[in-house]
Amino acid sequence: MSSRTIQVNYLTRVEGEGSLHLRINGDKVEEARLKIFEPPRFFEAFLRGRDFREAPDITQRICGICPVAYLMSACHAMESICGVTVDGKLRELRRLLYCGEWIESHALHAFMLHTPDFLGYEDAVQMARDHPDLFRSALRLKKLGNTIMALLGGREIHPINIRVGGFYRVPSRRDLLALRDELHWARDFMPKVIDVMRGFPYPEFEQDYEFVCLSHPDEYPLNEGRLVSNKGIDVPISEYDRVLEEHQVEHSTSLHTRVAGRAAAHMGPLARYALNYELLHPAAKEAARRAGLGPVCVNPFQSILVRMVEIAYAIEEALRLIEVYEAPDSPAVAVEPRAGTGYGATEAPRGICYQRYTIDDAGLITDCKIVAPTSVNQAVIESDLLAFASTRTDLPDGRLQWQCEQAIRNYDPCISCSCHFLKLTVDRV
Amino acid sequence: MAKPRLAVYKFASCDGCQLSLLDCEDELLAVAGQVEIANFAEASRAVSDGPYDLTLVEGSITTAHDAERIKEVRRQSRFLVTIGACATAGGIQALRNFQDVAEFARIVYARPDYIQTLATSTAIADHVPVDFELRGCPINKVQLLEVVASFLHGKRPVTPAHAVCVECKLRGVPCVIVARRVPCLGPVTHAGCGALCPAFNRGCYGCFGPTQAPNTEALAAHLLVMGMERDGVMRVFRSFNAAAPAFAKESRNHE
Repeated sequence: MSSRTIQVNYLTRVEGEGSLHLRINGDKVEEARLKIFEPPRFFEAFLRGRDFREAPDITQRICGICPVAYLMSACHAMESICGVTVDGKLRELRRLLYCGEWIESHALHAFMLHTPDFLGYEDAVQMARDHPDLFRSALRLKKLGNTIMALLGGREIHPINIRVGGFYRVPSRRDLLALRDELHWARDFMPKVIDVMRGFPYPEFEQDYEFVCLSHPDEYPLNEGRLVSNKGIDVPISEYDRVLEEHQVEHSTSLHTRVAGRAAAHMGPLARYALNYELLHPAAKEAARRAGLGPVCVNPFQSILVRMVEIAYAIEEALRLIEVYEAPDSPAVAVEPRAGTGYGATEAPRGICYQRYTIDDAGLITDCKIVAPTSVNQAVIESDLLAFASTRTDLPDGRLQWQCEQAIRNYDPCISCSCHFLKLTVDRV
Repeated sequence: MAKPRLAVYKFASCDGCQLSLLDCEDELLAVAGQVEIANFAEASRAVSDGPYDLTLVEGSITTAHDAERIKEVRRQSRFLVTIGACATAGGIQALRNFQDVAEFARIVYARPDYIQTLATSTAIADHVPVDFELRGCPINKVQLLEVVASFLHGKRPVTPAHAVCVECKLRGVPCVIVARRVPCLGPVTHAGCGALCPAFNRGCYGCFGPTQAPNTEALAAHLLVMGMERDGVMRVFRSFNAAAPAFAKESRNHE
């Protein structure tokens, strides 16, 4: 039996630069590596010496796809150091902003990057020729997410209106009410798209994951919560570094993470859904039922369905927040620096974005650590690839390669984020 | 007639500028109808070889490998347009240019010897001839459409080079320096955002980079008069366009 290598030098329909390398000996997959070769940009180094108020603007430049996650985690960390709590309407506006990012980012990934795999197209533009109505509606949904972000943040990519302590300017109630009609359209669109997606061909592939996400007693997690897992983690986010260990591997400029004393952690929609199902709005639970999902989903290929459930949740949550909104008296809480260490963790569309800062009395950053969800998910992506490819070694290289690419896209990897580097090769010996 | 062939390449960056193309929800299908998307890895697994008629380049050069790769991209491109602050001025990652990159690698990585990187982050134009540079961190998608449409029709894109101050006047936004005593880089920053920050009651932070012939010295003096500390003045010029020559020079004046 011959050995072979499957090598994809530049993964497509993912955000950032990576490659896949599979080494197959006969019917055994000997190695599956997700290489990240995104050049390092050294955020954690150049943040040293910057003012604590600059962190939200700077850290969001790690990622053009999920800037809200970076700037929000930075804000929360700084506010915790300075002893400030942002609550009431300002907290609700932050939650609404995050709903916008979830809708936009999930729609981008699900429709433009992931759906073409299920329907056998190279890209969404090819797909649009055969499914024009679906594609146009998908773009409309994506645009709704961007509209929410631009309204609250000034612009959708690298928003400018969010600061430590709150916002620079808050919208009027009337500004927000203008979003209602489009949110109602989106609410009506979701069952239709779920009916299409539930019919996609999902490979039978279920894994025993350690799901890690945030958990909050009263709400599906976006901005705040404890760090929890289905295998016993339940700690405040200040314990993140103790329960999730980073380590460097030679084939990646992105540091890897494992659960201390155990194996890979799985972050993102499947984790949040499994551990927070009861906190979904009835409309989102109905979306899950319609998609054919139980309260836990362990097939990563069905993450696209869970993303639809989370979009349905974000739509309902946005409508709820808008209905009760009144403009607060002040756009921000005053924040004065004080020396200390603080932690921020929020749920980016693809999993937890964790940040830790130490600042001095003058408010200058002396140390920081930033962990992108994709860098955490690298290990589980590799273990999925190994398990998935092992059952499919009879496939010709081209088919196997495409299916492995799809298995990577299940995680909506955001490689630029994993700021510390991805490339596919299949090696059949 | 064959459609013009479009390519999109990424170097060190956050992906936000190429995402701007996918964020043109209302125009995306029209654009896709006018061009052959020949190489756009973030959007399609159908990647075909050059040459390309129009190549959009995002990101800066930070590795020896990328310094070679951009030369090949140039050879394959009839028109090469850089999109965003990274490609046009080195981006936020050019902060390494002012410090020791080996120390940076030691701070971030336990095994810095696994990391291959250059001491500097540099603009695309420092390595190959560039036909047009589009500013912004991120770029403005309306300007991106202007650039793509212009190259398709053989005309020069119209992207005003005046300062953000002019955009405030056009938008009717009261000057934040005068009315709110908020430090603002608008007088020295290239237009393109539509005076976004001042419209949200905050000072411009220079994400579109320096305008033509900016008087950074006069602005810096005024910021000091407003009460900003010297290191604060250094930092405002040292962000997303830190290595743009006018901003780099001014920040060095306040080290």
